[in-house]
Amino acid sequence: MALIESAVSAGVMTLTLNRPERLNSFNDEMHRELAEYLRQAARDDSVRCLLLTGAGRGFCAGQDLNDRNVDPSGPAPDLGYSVETFYNPLVRRLAALPKPVIAAVNGVAAGAGATLALGCDLVIAARSASFVMAFSKLGLVPDCGGTWMLPRLAGRARALGLALLGDKLSAEQAERWGMIWQVVEDAELADSAQALARHLAAQPTYGLGLIKQALLAAEQNTLDQQLDVERDYQRLAGRSADYREGVTAFLAKRAPQFTGK
Amino acid sequence: MAELIAEHTGRVLTLTLQRPQARNALNNALLEQLAAALEAAQGCEEVGAVVITGSETCFAAGADLKEMVSLDLVATLDDPRPGLWQRIEAFNKPLLAAVNGYALGAGCELALLCDIVLAGENARFGLPEITLGIMPGAGGTQRLLRTVGKSLAFRMVLSGEAIDARRAMQAGLVAEICPPALTLEYTRQLADRIARQAPLALRAAKQSLRHGMDVGLSQGMKMERQLFTLLAATDDRREGIDAFLGKRPAHFTGR
Repeated sequence: MALIESAVSAGVMTLTLNRPERLNSFNDEMHRELAEYLRQAARDDSVRCLLLTGAGRGFCAGQDLNDRNVDPSGPAPDLGYSVETFYNPLVRRLAALPKPVIAAVNGVAAGAGATLALGCDLVIAARSASFVMAFSKLGLVPDCGGTWMLPRLAGRARALGLALLGDKLSAEQAERWGMIWQVVEDAELADSAQALARHLAAQPTYGLGLIKQALLAAEQNTLDQQLDVERDYQRLAGRSADYREGVTAFLAKRAPQFTGK
Repeated sequence: MAELIAEHTGRVLTLTLQRPQARNALNNALLEQLAAALEAAQGCEEVGAVVITGSETCFAAGADLKEMVSLDLVATLDDPRPGLWQRIEAFNKPLLAAVNGYALGAGCELALLCDIVLAGENARFGLPEITLGIMPGAGGTQRLLRTVGKSLAFRMVLSGEAIDARRAMQAGLVAEICPPALTLEYTRQLADRIARQAPLALRAAKQSLRHGMDVGLSQGMKMERQLFTLLAATDDRREGIDAFLGKRPAHFTGR
């Protein structure tokens, strides 16, 4: 059975983390499958939006601790290895993907599952879903981009509260704090997320990719540097076919037909 | 198909490395073409500055290993290659590199030889020679040391690990980082701006800067002053200052 289920339709690649009996927690094999799909998504121009979700009642419980049995008398494990080999490339791939990535958080997202979800471009969560920065309770540090993204999403005070206490954060609270895009009723999550993804997949993908890169670059740029980035990206966007189509359609008062180029 | 494409726009000559099947590896034939093109450009009054570039994903990924593997010690002693590099280095007009993607080994050395490097965000600079049981042989250890300083130069040369564009800019190897799709365009813009300056002043300034990398401060200062004095005898100096005082654009003649 595939640990990641993939379906491509109407420009949307939907990837479902599929180890429901283990709350879709990551093992090495699941990482490898996911990485392969992300490589495909990057290569394939017909994929214009990526949707990540989980099978069963959870979104993702982070690293499967069964794979990290620690022998108390043995040498210390090297957790940096799996971060370097799997989680960091995953975060980098998602960030570099020049198309929008949506997380549809269907249930609990814990540990790397929480930081993975929160790091996506748009997060839409079921009302009963929750985020748990479980790392601190095991003596670990939020990974999968967690320490970078939490203060940017929640502000320093809340980031520290979340990361140090490791308590459960409800989807509703996450929405109130502006950490995620939207909360919807549990039964509506799948449809709402698909509708959002399909909408994005029909938009000017190249321009959306540039917006994403510009906002990422802004996290470390000064205003001055960022103004140069805006000049560069606007220059590139202005040369896209979708920009011409957008202007032509606007002037002709018709709906634009974007190709993503 | 030509492996070095020359394109002349305005006063800027762009030389594009085009051996995609070999990731623009710099074999002797390509270096020879590069040297010849630069020598021709040196004699051409219409060329004010030259840009060297590769593709959007690869500048030049090294030397041609197939060529090198057949050379034993004696053959290496008589290798024409150092002579080719010297001819490229002797070019006396501003030389810019627009680097996207890999600039490794000889490709990195070529970038280091250029006066100004603009890099795409995807650029990677490295000297992986050590991983082949050899070492940089065309200025890699020398120019890198003088460009990025001791610790990074040692790290790169001894480990063979490449650095990305951001690190290269911090270290002083790269003057500016651009989106890859704009690297060549922005390098040409800069080259164009440079190429509009007085040719003799450009030549003297380049000579002074190059000399400065080689000698102590007092010697460098002496050389600088001599070159500065030399420019006092040029028409273009009069024109440049007149135009500035008269608040009009200068028209340089190269005299």
